[in-house]
Amino acid sequence: MPAIRLSRKNLAIPYAIFLLVFVVAPLFVLVYYAFTNGQGQFTLANLTGFFTDPNTLGTLCYSFAIAFVTTAVCLLIAYPTAYILAGSQLKQKSVLVMLFIMPMWINFSLRITALKEILTFIEGNLARYPFFNAVIGMSYDFLPFMILPIYTTLSKMDRSLIEAAKDLGADEKAAFLKITLPLSVPGIISGVSMVFLPAMTNYVVLDMLYNSTYIMGSLIGSYFAAYNWHGGSMIALILLAIICIFTLLTNGMEEEDSRAMGGARL
Amino acid sequence: MQKQTENIIELRHITKTYEDGFTAVSDFNLEVKKGEFVTFLGPSGCGKTTTLRMIAGFDLPTEGEILLNGKDITSLPPYERPINTVFQRYALFPHMNIYDNIAFGLRQKKMKEEEIARKVKKVLDLVDLEGFENRSVATLSGGQQQRIAIARALVNEPQILLLDEPLGALDLKMRKEMQLELKQMHDDLGITFIYVTHDQEEALTMSDRIVVMSEGKMQQLGTPEDIYNEPKNAFVADFIGESNIFNGIMTGHLRARFCGGEFTCVDDVEEGTHITAVVRPEDVELTAPEKGIIRGTVTAVIFKGMHYEITIESGRNEMVARSVHAARPGDQVGICLEPDSIHIMIAEDHTNYFTADINEKHRLEFNGHELDTSVTKIIKGSKRQDDGTIIDTNGEVIDPRRTRIVISIQPQDITMTDHVEEGLVEGYISNLIYKGDHYSYVIHTDLEQDFIVDDEYLWNMDDHVGLIMPIDKMSFALKK
Repeated sequence: MPAIRLSRKNLAIPYAIFLLVFVVAPLFVLVYYAFTNGQGQFTLANLTGFFTDPNTLGTLCYSFAIAFVTTAVCLLIAYPTAYILAGSQLKQKSVLVMLFIMPMWINFSLRITALKEILTFIEGNLARYPFFNAVIGMSYDFLPFMILPIYTTLSKMDRSLIEAAKDLGADEKAAFLKITLPLSVPGIISGVSMVFLPAMTNYVVLDMLYNSTYIMGSLIGSYFAAYNWHGGSMIALILLAIICIFTLLTNGMEEEDSRAMGGARL
Repeated sequence: MQKQTENIIELRHITKTYEDGFTAVSDFNLEVKKGEFVTFLGPSGCGKTTTLRMIAGFDLPTEGEILLNGKDITSLPPYERPINTVFQRYALFPHMNIYDNIAFGLRQKKMKEEEIARKVKKVLDLVDLEGFENRSVATLSGGQQQRIAIARALVNEPQILLLDEPLGALDLKMRKEMQLELKQMHDDLGITFIYVTHDQEEALTMSDRIVVMSEGKMQQLGTPEDIYNEPKNAFVADFIGESNIFNGIMTGHLRARFCGGEFTCVDDVEEGTHITAVVRPEDVELTAPEKGIIRGTVTAVIFKGMHYEITIESGRNEMVARSVHAARPGDQVGICLEPDSIHIMIAEDHTNYFTADINEKHRLEFNGHELDTSVTKIIKGSKRQDDGTIIDTNGEVIDPRRTRIVISIQPQDITMTDHVEEGLVEGYISNLIYKGDHYSYVIHTDLEQDFIVDDEYLWNMDDHVGLIMPIDKMSFALKK
């Protein structure tokens, strides 16, 4: 029996199999279902159906709105937090950073259930402010994903750049606006992309908050629950397309940025 | 009273103590004249950069004041000082092109854009990087980034330019070129330069005056010639150029004993004073053994191109000489010193220094006594490897035969005993001075060394004593 050489190529085989079975094949299945009907015939009805149905379009807009507001809220909380954390000389800095990351280690359903109880206690009836509650739930869940990349970018930033700006006549405000903020854009971008897209689809948060409004994720779920694989697949495919466009856009921006930073892109 | 305005900047009793109690700079006083090139020179951690940062305004002194043209600027923020800095690692803004980097300071001053364009072009000419306006920072070499950093500071026409080890990241050839260029720029522009470096050669080449610093204190202030030729203390002598440094004592008018011999010197120091004698290697004269004041054995010879560097062992002392004539290890030589080549400094601290060998068991050995400590305990970060050799923090093998350890011990930590065999070393009391509450003794040992011992009891001259030195009172350093 010939010995199997453990070359780099061979080492990649398990991952290649994984890719094939769990990424490439499902993608084909998804595309197949999206463009066929119950009889297995090719059709564009799912696509046209999505863009002509006011309900689905309404859900798309609503999801966008939730995702947008959630991202904005997260950014508003995360940036100052990350800025203070990165700039502080505190010895307990790592403890503080951990406190912000810790929620990620606590079971998701436990956290959301606790949040639900608190909101119920305050509002009395959760159905009264569905949009507000959705944003609260999402922001609570996704905040660490916004803080971490911004914190990382800010703490890796060369402090002497700020000093150089001040040395050249910039006061605190000017130094922040002209140096710190532009240089933290890569962190903001990865934070936004880690919050915005999940906020459009993560309907489990809404479900657990007894929120009856629909976002894209819930829409797919409802199609699948009704055994409409084809319609559900088309929505998933459209979401995928949106994600791709978004990623390409932000990647383009980051590339420009990393070129300016003199760093090689990984 | 009219204020003296010819000093562009004055530092008065500047002290910087950090929150953790570490004093980086203590009672630092300096006056710099307009147009001067002053260098802060010292090893890392000596407080030179901290001092520079206080002048720039990044750090606030805990005590003291800084005057610019006679006006107190101690607590003025950096952006309100007419002072610009060239940073150690350039600190160019990576998200801006060269033009925007250089224009940054001018734009803060709300200068008209066409005026800015003119000035940027002019300063790029000055640093020999014409046409680089639209390049990005990342495309520049280290040397070019350095020039842009200088241009970015100079374009603001500062009253003082601060340079924090600006050439540290460049290779040797580049560094030499930039040294000359910086000096030229200083001469052409007439701006006051304050320069920080740990490189003594750089300081000697470029400066009008040098401030030698160590442990937060100014050790000496003077022209490069002063500092090289007349070092004020052992630290300066050791840091600037190469030196042989010995502990000794004045034995008469213009007579000093050190390194196992008695020499005539030109410094008039009172008899009986403990001294530090400094001899530059190029001043050591090698003669036939019988003609020397002291004699010794050549232990190492290194060819240095223009001369040989010859290490001579005489008793327990080691002296490095520079000679155009070769010698061979093992040669017996005599050593003569011209009176004016010996720099005598009154020893401020009376710390005793002596060298110990490392034996095969990696233990310290002095005068035939094995000390109860090993090399790994003394050299921080060193480890014993499986094959028995010892490596230091850089992973280099420490060769016990070629390595010596300098032991230092304070006079009050040595005890004298009548039972000479109990001591680490024995000798005769050759001098004693009453110091108010104790006597300070000089014990001349059989190894031709002088130890200084403080004792509250009176011993007699010429008493034969043993010296007991507890290991926990000793400090150790690797001899270079």
